[in-house]
Amino acid sequence: MANMSLVKNPMPSQDPNVRNKNFDEVALGYTEEQALDEAQRCLNCKAKPCMTGCPVMVHIPEFIAEVAKGNFEAAYQIISNTSALPAVCGRVCPQESQCEKYCVRGKKGDPVGIGRLERFVADWHNAHATAAPEKPASNGHRVAIVGSGPAGLTCAGDLARKGYEVTVFEALHLAGGVLVYGIPEFRLPKSIVQKEVDGLKALGVTIATDTVVGRTITVDELMVEQGFEAVFIGSGAGLPMFMNIPGVNYKGVFSANEFLTRINLMKAYKPESDTPIVHPKKVAVVGGGNVAMDAARCAKRLGAEVYIVYRRGMEELPARKEEVEHAEEEGIVFKTLNNPVEILADENDNVNKIRCIQMELGEPDASGRRRPVEVPGSEFDLDVDCVIMALGTSPNPLIKDTTKGLEINKKGGIVVNEDGLTSKENVYAGGDAVTGAATVILAMGAGKTAAKAIDEALSQK
Amino acid sequence: MYRIVRKEALRPTVTLYEIEAPLIAKKAQPGQFIILRVDENGERIPITINNYDPEKGTVTIIVQTVGATTEKLAHLNEGDCLQDFVGPLGKATETEGKKKVCVVGGGVGCAIAYPVLKKFHDSGAEVHAVVGFKNKDLVILEDDFRASSDVLKICTDDGSYGQKGLVTDALKELIEAGNQYDEVFAIGPMVMMKFVSLTTKPYGIPTTVSMSPIMVDGTGMCGGCRLSVGGEMKFACVDGPDFDGHKVDWDLAVKRNQMYRDFEMHKHEETCNLFKKEVE
Repeated sequence: MANMSLVKNPMPSQDPNVRNKNFDEVALGYTEEQALDEAQRCLNCKAKPCMTGCPVMVHIPEFIAEVAKGNFEAAYQIISNTSALPAVCGRVCPQESQCEKYCVRGKKGDPVGIGRLERFVADWHNAHATAAPEKPASNGHRVAIVGSGPAGLTCAGDLARKGYEVTVFEALHLAGGVLVYGIPEFRLPKSIVQKEVDGLKALGVTIATDTVVGRTITVDELMVEQGFEAVFIGSGAGLPMFMNIPGVNYKGVFSANEFLTRINLMKAYKPESDTPIVHPKKVAVVGGGNVAMDAARCAKRLGAEVYIVYRRGMEELPARKEEVEHAEEEGIVFKTLNNPVEILADENDNVNKIRCIQMELGEPDASGRRRPVEVPGSEFDLDVDCVIMALGTSPNPLIKDTTKGLEINKKGGIVVNEDGLTSKENVYAGGDAVTGAATVILAMGAGKTAAKAIDEALSQK
Repeated sequence: MYRIVRKEALRPTVTLYEIEAPLIAKKAQPGQFIILRVDENGERIPITINNYDPEKGTVTIIVQTVGATTEKLAHLNEGDCLQDFVGPLGKATETEGKKKVCVVGGGVGCAIAYPVLKKFHDSGAEVHAVVGFKNKDLVILEDDFRASSDVLKICTDDGSYGQKGLVTDALKELIEAGNQYDEVFAIGPMVMMKFVSLTTKPYGIPTTVSMSPIMVDGTGMCGGCRLSVGGEMKFACVDGPDFDGHKVDWDLAVKRNQMYRDFEMHKHEETCNLFKKEVE
C-alpha cells in the first residue's frame, strides 16, 4: 500500500546557526526508516515520467521499488548501471527541474524525494559494500579523457566497464574537477568524490594528475605519439568573468573560482594549509547563481557578514531554490535589484566599499526574463572589505589553441554533433567545454553520450 | 612523483633544484614556468624555469628562500620528491627577429633571465646583459651569463662587486653610449622591472617584462594573476607571463602582489620554528 502523504520526508539538516560556522555537510541524509517511508510514496507508474527528466536515464521507479523492499544494495546496482556518480548526483542534481519535476505525485503535493533516495542508496552502499567492483577484461582499445570533472569521470566509467583502457588527464593535483575545486565541502564532502574516483580506479581507470593538456601534452600527441584511439575533451568552462567597472583589480576583489578554489581545493580555511585566504568582515558576492550561493556561504563560514548583490529580483535568481533557502537560513542578506557600478578602496588599494545602483525590471529580454533597468540617481554605497564576482566563465583557449582542426563556436565552446563528436576525427567533447557553464548532471549526460559513441566507433575497428 | 636529482646551494638562500619531470622537460621553452607543491598541505607556487634537459628528462629551477613553501623546499634533499610539479605553463618568450637586445636581470630573477638570454644568443642576436645583485655574496650564474653575452655588466647595490649602483643606471649608460636595441627584456623584482620600463620609455625601446603575480591554478581558472595592461585585463598565466613593460599598470601590480604579505610572513616564521623544533 503506497504512502499517500502529500509531503516529502524532510531532509535532516544541521541547524542553520551551527552549520554557518563549520564546513561539515549541511544535509545529513535519510535514516533507513525515512528512506523506506519515502520510497513507499512512489506509485511505480508504468509511464515512468521521472526517467524522461534524467539526463543519464536512471531507472528510477525500479530502484525506488527495491528501496521500499529494503533491498538497498540491489537499488544501488540499478542506479549504478546508468550513473557513474550516484552519491554526487543525489547531492547536487537540480532534481526539482529534472526527475522530480515530472513525478506524478508532484501534481498534488510534493513529488517523491528521488534525489534524497538516490543519496541514501549511494551512501548506504558506500558504508556497507565490501567488495570493490571487478576490473573487466581489457578489449585492447585505449581512450584518453581530458579533465576529471563530472563529464570526464562519467565517460571514463562507462568505457572502463566495457573493457576500454582509459587514462584521465587532470591539470590540477586532485581528480574531480568542479566537484573538488568548486562545490564546497558542506554541499559535497570531498571524501565522497574520492570514493567515486577510487571506484573508477578499481575498474582499471588510470588518473594522471598534474597534466595540463594543451601544455604538458597536446591532444594530437595523445593520439599520434601515445597511441590513444579516441580522446574525450571534458576540460570544463574556464576563465572567470569580471565586471568591467572601476576598481575591479583592487585587493580584496576575487573571482568566485579563486575564492572557492582556495577554500575547497587548497583547504585554506584549515590552519595546517600553507595557502592564504582573506578572512573578510563584510563581503559582497555579485551574481545570483549556484556558484554565488556557494561563495556566499563559504564567506559566511569564514566569519563574514555576507550580501548577495544581484541585478534582478528574488524570483529571477538562477540558483536552485534549495540553495537560496539554505543561504537565507544561514543569514546571507539578499540585496536583489541592485547592480555594482564601482568598487572603492583605501590608500593601500584595499577594498572598502562597493557602489551600487538600484534596478527595476522592464520588458522581457531574449532570455524571456524581465530586463533590469537602472533607476537614475539611486546610487548607494555598501561598506565591504571583500567583493567576490560570480558571473560565470568564458571558455579556456588552451586546448583550442593547441589542437589542429578543432572547430569552435562564436562563444568559444567546442562544436560537437549529437554524439559528442567534434570536427576532428576520433575526438569527442562534452560538458562545460561545449555548452559553457551548466550543471554537473548535464555534463555527465554528455560524457555518457560520448562514451556510447566512442564504443560504437572503436568496437567496429 | 617528481624526484630531486640534484640540489646545489648557489648562495646561502639561493638554491638550484634539478627535478625529474620528463614530459615537462620535453616541452619547456625559455620564459615558461612551472607550479609546484612541496607536500600535502603545500601551497601551489609558480616558479619560472631556469633550464631543461629533454634527454635527461629534467627541469631546473632556482629558488630563493623567502616564505613557508620555499623554506620547506630548502629542507628537501637529493632523492626526495615533490608532491606536485606541473607545466610548462604560460607562453614562451618571443625571441625571433631581434638583432640586438639587452637582457636585464635582478637578483634571483637572473635565474630566469639566463635561458631567455641564451635563446637570443643562440638565435644569433647580439646580446648585452645587465645583472644586478644586493652584494657580492649574492651574485649567481656569472659564468653562464659571460658565456652567452657580448657585453656583461654586473651591478651591486653596495659596490662590493662589479659596478656600484642600480641596473637602471647601467642600462642607461649602455643606451647613452649609442647602443640601439631592438628590445630590452627585464626579469626581476616588480619594482626593478617598473623602473627598467620607465628608463627605456623616453628612448622608445620596446621593453618586455616577465610578470610573476599571485596565482593558484596557472591554467586560467582563478583570475588571481590578473593585471591591467594597456587598460585591458590580462591573465599572466595564459596571456603571459611576458608583457609590454610600457603598458603594465605597475602600481596596481606591485600592490596586488602584497595581498598576503602578513600571512606569508607569519607562515614562514611558523615553518622555521617547526624546523628548529625538529633539530632540537
